Amino acid sequence: MDVHAAKYIGAGLAMLGMIGAGIGLGTLFGNYLQGALRNPSAAAGERPMLFLGMALTEALGIFALVIAFIILFV
Amino acid sequence: MPTRRSFVVADAQEEGASAPMAEPMKQFLVHPIVPLHVGGLDLSITNSTVSMAVAAVILTGFFTLAFARPAVVPSRVQSVGELLYGLIDDLAHSIIGHSSASFFPLVFSLFGFIATMNLLGMFLVFTPTAQLAVTATLALLTILIVVVVGFWKNGFGFFKLFVPSGVPIALLPLMIPIEVISFLVRPLTLALRLFGNMLGGHVVLNIFGSFVVGLGLLGLAGGVATLGFFGSALALSSIVALIALEFIVAFLQAFVFAALTCVYLNDVVNLHSH
Repeated sequence: MDVHAAKYIGAGLAMLGMIGAGIGLGTLFGNYLQGALRNPSAAAGERPMLFLGMALTEALGIFALVIAFIILFV
Repeated sequence: MPTRRSFVVADAQEEGASAPMAEPMKQFLVHPIVPLHVGGLDLSITNSTVSMAVAAVILTGFFTLAFARPAVVPSRVQSVGELLYGLIDDLAHSIIGHSSASFFPLVFSLFGFIATMNLLGMFLVFTPTAQLAVTATLALLTILIVVVVGFWKNGFGFFKLFVPSGVPIALLPLMIPIEVISFLVRPLTLALRLFGNMLGGHVVLNIFGSFVVGLGLLGLAGGVATLGFFGSALALSSIVALIALEFIVAFLQAFVFAALTCVYLNDVVNLHSH
């Protein structure tokens, strides 16, 4: 197989890792919104934790992206 | 990564691409501006050094300006400074507790410097935090401080960090290596999170930019290809949305770095009251 073709296929496969990150983010925000609807006054206090959790979960998806870039461009 | 530039160019020429290939990795090249070799070390002033220096000057200058003439009823600049101060102060206090005051300067400096470097990357050509060297240095610095503080406050009781409470003795030989590994992974994830976010953001912006130009050039061919203009406009509006997202991510990643520093400090400072 051509090296360039393999690079593109590899990068595409590496991006499958973002599926988990997507599911995790959806769960996170969904639960936050559910809690916020039940208890609106407490929602503002938990917002920093929401952003922290979002960034931590997103980080794992970004690691997959970095691997895809390394495969594609290095 | 940046030294493989010629490889990417050869790539495009080999494939016989008629449209100019997007080379998103070229923007991350570090090149010396003032070559400076001391002993065997390469201490050149590079574009990375210059951007970091500009970020430091802007950060220091902004806060000097904000609190130059402090008033009880704050001016606009002062209230922005107070907003940022309050944000990090509340964060540190809510996570660390009473002793947050001694760690506040560290956390605030990390937050301010990283946020300024990220935002500078949106206005200048070069993003210092898209260099793994820069983010790895910041992450190592943070973890070293956490370890030193851990040993200073707890002596050899620091190693109790790796023994979670309420675990049956039989499981400990499994738990302790897991805890040690997850502790050692912390500087890695700190560095990679910031690096990956900044790298990914700028690469995507570059690629969408090449779509705008590429599809526009395609649209010039006429006929059905005038749909290329429609695609070009779509790519342009995507870039606008992505740039807005990038500004948010710039602040958010700095905030998350600071928050995680607080969490790691809390782990070692409040070791006995988990």
